[in-house]
Amino acid sequence: MTWWKRLWRRKKMEEQLEKELHFHLEQHASDLIASGQSQGEAWREARLAIGGPEQVKEKCRDARGTRWLEDFIQDARYAVRTFRQQPGFAGIALLTLALGSGATSVMFTVINSVLLKPLPYPEPERLLTLHEQDQATVYPFSYLNFLDCEREIRSLAAMAAMRNGGGTISEPGEPEYVSGRQISSKLFSVLGINLSSGRAFLPEEDRPGASPVVIVSYRLWQRRYGGDAGAVGRPLVFNGKPYTVVGIAPGDVQLFGDADVFTALGQNTEPIMQNRDVHPGIRVLARLSSEVTLGRAQAELRVIARDLAERYPKSNEGHTITAQPLQQQIVGDVRSTLWLLLGAVSLVLLIACVNVASLLLARAISRERELAMRVALGAGRGRLVRQCLTESAVLALSGGALGVLLAAIGVRPFVAFWPGDLPRAEEIHLDWRVLLFAVVASLVSGVLFGLAPALRAPARELEQALRAGGRTVVGSSRRLHSSFVMCEIALAVVLLVAAGLLGHTLLRLSSIDPGVDIHNLLTARVALSPGALAEPGTMRAAWRDLLDRVRQTPGVQSVALADLVPMDSDENLIGYSTTPATPPANQITLSLLTSVTPDYLKATGIPLRGGRFFEEQDGIGNETVIVIDEALAQRAFADRNPIGSRLWVQFLGPAKVIGVVGHVRHWGLDADDQLKVREQMYFPFAQCPDQFLRLASSAMSLVMRTSVAPLNAVEAARREVRGATHDQALYDVRTMEQIVSGTLAQQRFLLLLFGVFSGLALLLACIGIYGVLAYLSRQRVPEFGVRMALGASSFEVMRLVLRQSLGMILVGVVLGVAAALAAGRLLGRLVAGVHPAEPLTFTIMVLVLVVAALFASFIPAHRASRMDPVSALRQE
Amino acid sequence: MTAPKSDLPQGTLDLLILKVIALGPVHGYAIAQRLEQVSRGVVQVPEGSLYPALHRLENRDFLAADWKETETGREAKFYRLTRKGRKQLEAEAASWQRLIDAISLILGMADGGAR
Repeated sequence: MTWWKRLWRRKKMEEQLEKELHFHLEQHASDLIASGQSQGEAWREARLAIGGPEQVKEKCRDARGTRWLEDFIQDARYAVRTFRQQPGFAGIALLTLALGSGATSVMFTVINSVLLKPLPYPEPERLLTLHEQDQATVYPFSYLNFLDCEREIRSLAAMAAMRNGGGTISEPGEPEYVSGRQISSKLFSVLGINLSSGRAFLPEEDRPGASPVVIVSYRLWQRRYGGDAGAVGRPLVFNGKPYTVVGIAPGDVQLFGDADVFTALGQNTEPIMQNRDVHPGIRVLARLSSEVTLGRAQAELRVIARDLAERYPKSNEGHTITAQPLQQQIVGDVRSTLWLLLGAVSLVLLIACVNVASLLLARAISRERELAMRVALGAGRGRLVRQCLTESAVLALSGGALGVLLAAIGVRPFVAFWPGDLPRAEEIHLDWRVLLFAVVASLVSGVLFGLAPALRAPARELEQALRAGGRTVVGSSRRLHSSFVMCEIALAVVLLVAAGLLGHTLLRLSSIDPGVDIHNLLTARVALSPGALAEPGTMRAAWRDLLDRVRQTPGVQSVALADLVPMDSDENLIGYSTTPATPPANQITLSLLTSVTPDYLKATGIPLRGGRFFEEQDGIGNETVIVIDEALAQRAFADRNPIGSRLWVQFLGPAKVIGVVGHVRHWGLDADDQLKVREQMYFPFAQCPDQFLRLASSAMSLVMRTSVAPLNAVEAARREVRGATHDQALYDVRTMEQIVSGTLAQQRFLLLLFGVFSGLALLLACIGIYGVLAYLSRQRVPEFGVRMALGASSFEVMRLVLRQSLGMILVGVVLGVAAALAAGRLLGRLVAGVHPAEPLTFTIMVLVLVVAALFASFIPAHRASRMDPVSALRQE
Repeated sequence: MTAPKSDLPQGTLDLLILKVIALGPVHGYAIAQRLEQVSRGVVQVPEGSLYPALHRLENRDFLAADWKETETGREAKFYRLTRKGRKQLEAEAASWQRLIDAISLILGMADGGAR
């Protein structure tokens, strides 16, 4: 008989077992009666001889081999029944577990989708990103280096380049600014993406002078062509230039953010594309050939880079080319934050487990008599342990199921709340891995909190337990219970201190002066009229016209242009030196370079420390001038007066320093102090060389100081910006306050989550303390009765209970502070600006916890002191 | 029945049961009696372990069982040996015999020295 047949026919087998044993007893008894014994005595002896029919049955059932399953079903049914009889207990336990496992599941869902799941491309593990690199910096590629590398490389199946290139679409439909990418012909094939219709660019279209072709996104196709299948082959006017649509990208393609228009990178004829020295933001993706390791590809790239450096020492000296898996690059620094959160959430789950464990233990102790009865009826020790574990598993799995439900509801709001861009956010959803994780996590926690009561269950003397009746004997359980409380306190301390450290960091950072007057300051990107982009002269005129128009706008006090918005994540690093000779590659000093118009200081409120700022006469044809910040003045000139001195700046040549301004914490309030390159340099946009004008124009932002709330000035400014041709658009509108608070987004987000987690932990720990103390005090009722009868006041009884809880709390706090010191160090490494050991934060957080815990223990203490000694004694 | 009874050595109960059943289909009570008689009351067969052992052997397909009437007209569960059970009996009996030979050889050496 197979095991499932035996299980299926369980009832019949039970009947047969009964019948078989009955037959045995009957035969034995009738033999004994035949030999002269009385009937009653004969039956008694027969039963004794066989050793108790029920025990024999148990052993026979064990012999069946399907025992565990039968028992499991039976135990599970029993567990559900008893939980239904105690809805309060079951409700609290389930809620605790659901919160714990729900929070953990949300974190795991995000981690699973962002970090663990492979990218949604075929053979994603072979996708790489490539960078140029020297000792100091990682660069995007220069276009010529990309072309050389692509031609020579053998270990990569294909390479592709792309670069941001948004612009204005003026036909068909209304003019509109859209984001775009300039891509090399192989981009889609490297990623393994099939276009939803049409074709990708041909290699011959990826060259200067080829016929202008464009691929549009699925969204744009829906929006502008109404999803018309005949859109391929139709014209599209982009940045004033007529293109032909050749393909439509699939709906879900995400290339470092959304893009609506793809043009051929090779058709870009700007001078920067032909200059090896310039790195115009070209990202390079590649697919590894089959049977080639990453190591071999990296080695070949190094050889190619050395080759290029020999051929073009001026631009490529000291440069190497590196490759890393695409997934690593995309996920970037989100990794540490996510693991940190999972860690924090696991602590909450652990506290929840400890809470439920102590609930179950208290329940097991009050069920001692039932368990003893089971042993007397033939249950083995292993059987009882199994029963206890089954009960906790039932509890854990239902808690886990509720948790998954909470996670399914909670994961969207969580992702929406993430500061900045969470990579791969669109891929986040629950899948089988999350379910598996939830099941495993619930079972593990079920075993964790079921083990203590289970191991304890059959430990007591049978007889004693049975005789003790309803009252139970406290002893070792008290130690176990208090160690639960200590664990909870310790875990809560860790979370509270972590939240405290984050809060303190946030407070400290927010009070730092960013170097810019952030109130009433508005920034916005501008897309110049496509018609004006044709040549340098028209571009300069268009910018001048734009500034004049915006200056007239009501509510705008002053306005300037800048190609770098302060504290935005953009950068533009450039080498400089105090001597005309170019220093060796590894000694180049770098500075942020911002090109601005004369009213920049007035608009931003950056203070002038010496000399003067740019004026209208600082134009092309006049002497090249720059303004430097305090950090650069300190670094390059130390104590000397920099005004009137010269700096030799990459691309600009020799430039005269005409002023010194205050330092702006461009890299964010948190990180600016720690970075290598802090120096800042400004030069007049009017002196921008013609060859860079197109590049600079595409990066320009308006910086406006307003006399009204900045967002109220937006509409008027937008109207002015449209210009005479009505095709200039304002986009990416942000106030400076938004940008600055964005630099603290990670800290704020973590603080919020840690705040929630630690609040949850505090609550759970207090419930735990309350439960344990209430339980222990109930056990001590007779003792208190005696004490009061002997003259102890109610105050003294209360002190007795509180002292017991204070003892547990203090041990927990000591353990927790030790763990929190370690956790603080981890936090300090992962989150900029956190100081790992701040005594004040530790003290405050520990105090909060101790007060809350004492408050929780006050209720049972008060109840104990209020009882009537006579009725307490009667209970004995 | 006054002779001191030894406990059954570990693992021999199964062998004895198989041997008894090898003589012909038989029910549990008869097995107990047969064991008692055959071992002449010297070996104590714990009756409580008889049925679990029977069920275990049935489970491992060494035994099969049928419900049949006894000579007194009562319905009882009769066990019989399967082919697999017979092989098991032979194997266990042989290994038991080897053990006995080895032990008596050792005991003989200690007793009479070199013969």
